[in-house]
Amino acid sequence: MEAIDQSAVQEKINHFANKDVYIHLETTNGAYASHFDETAYNVGAFIRNAKVNYQHGKIVSTGGSYRVGLKLDIGWVYAEGVSDFEIDEKDRLLLAGHDREGRLMVALEISEEPFTHEAEEHE
Amino acid sequence: MNNKHILVIFPHPDDESFGTSGTISKFRAEGVPVTYLCGTLGEMGRNMGNPVFANRETLYTYRKKELAEAAKELDIDVELLGYRDKTLEFEPLDELAQHLKERILAYGATTIITHYPGYAVHPDHDALGAAVVKAVELIEPGKRPEVWMHAITNNHEDELGEPDFIFDIEPYWERKEAAIRAHLSQVDGMMNLIENHEQTSKQIQRLKREQFYRLTLSS
Repeated sequence: MEAIDQSAVQEKINHFANKDVYIHLETTNGAYASHFDETAYNVGAFIRNAKVNYQHGKIVSTGGSYRVGLKLDIGWVYAEGVSDFEIDEKDRLLLAGHDREGRLMVALEISEEPFTHEAEEHE
Repeated sequence: MNNKHILVIFPHPDDESFGTSGTISKFRAEGVPVTYLCGTLGEMGRNMGNPVFANRETLYTYRKKELAEAAKELDIDVELLGYRDKTLEFEPLDELAQHLKERILAYGATTIITHYPGYAVHPDHDALGAAVVKAVELIEPGKRPEVWMHAITNNHEDELGEPDFIFDIEPYWERKEAAIRAHLSQVDGMMNLIENHEQTSKQIQRLKREQFYRLTLSS
């Protein structure tokens, strides 16, 4: 992944608009947060392979960190804190935000094909 | 010669190296075969390397290779159980237990090392540990392997008392360090700890002491 190129990401978001696409959306502070710090609270959520069709989407910047919003017919997909991007060899848009130690804090990914979800696909 | 076979059953590539690689090395030094049944590929891990080199979609490919490398360091076999990271606690417990029972009997395991359910911090650890206990309960009493359970919670000794087995793994420390190091995408924090702390520090001492509670089943 590399630092987000806003226009490249916007272009890709536009490319996926009005198509059936699969979303991976995730945020986490890790399963060990409250183990290492008693005052911390474990928080996380993910959706793998939500099938959506968005009207339009936008990436907006504030000081090196980005927010992405995708407008659905009946709702929204939203992620805050993404800073890195990659368009991988499967032509998927991968967005993520990491902490200083390189640990993932948030991810939003868009693909025209479902993301891997079963062990046999791991071969 | 003996007919011992140790099965290590944990959910993630690297659990074997952090928690039990000293004990594993001790068994291997005695000529006892060890097989690691690894529940998932750690697909949902938060660590992506530091500096970052993996992403959510490529992480498992690295972790799979890292596990193979650690297994080579430890001279053990690996079987992947094929579940998905973070989801073990949502799988039907009976099905998990049946799957594990079948694998345990297939290997003729004499001792199983797993997590202590309820004292293992990560939900996958607790869930797989609980499934191992259930699997062993399904085996008829005379044919059950011993189960050694690894507890991780900060206060486990207050609640569980002294562990039944305590191994000083200092003689196998280099092996353990190499096994940990093999999990490159996951261990930046741990390697910092190992490299930047006095060998006598509390954290290092904890890594050099591996301990387990023995499962006691009533029937």
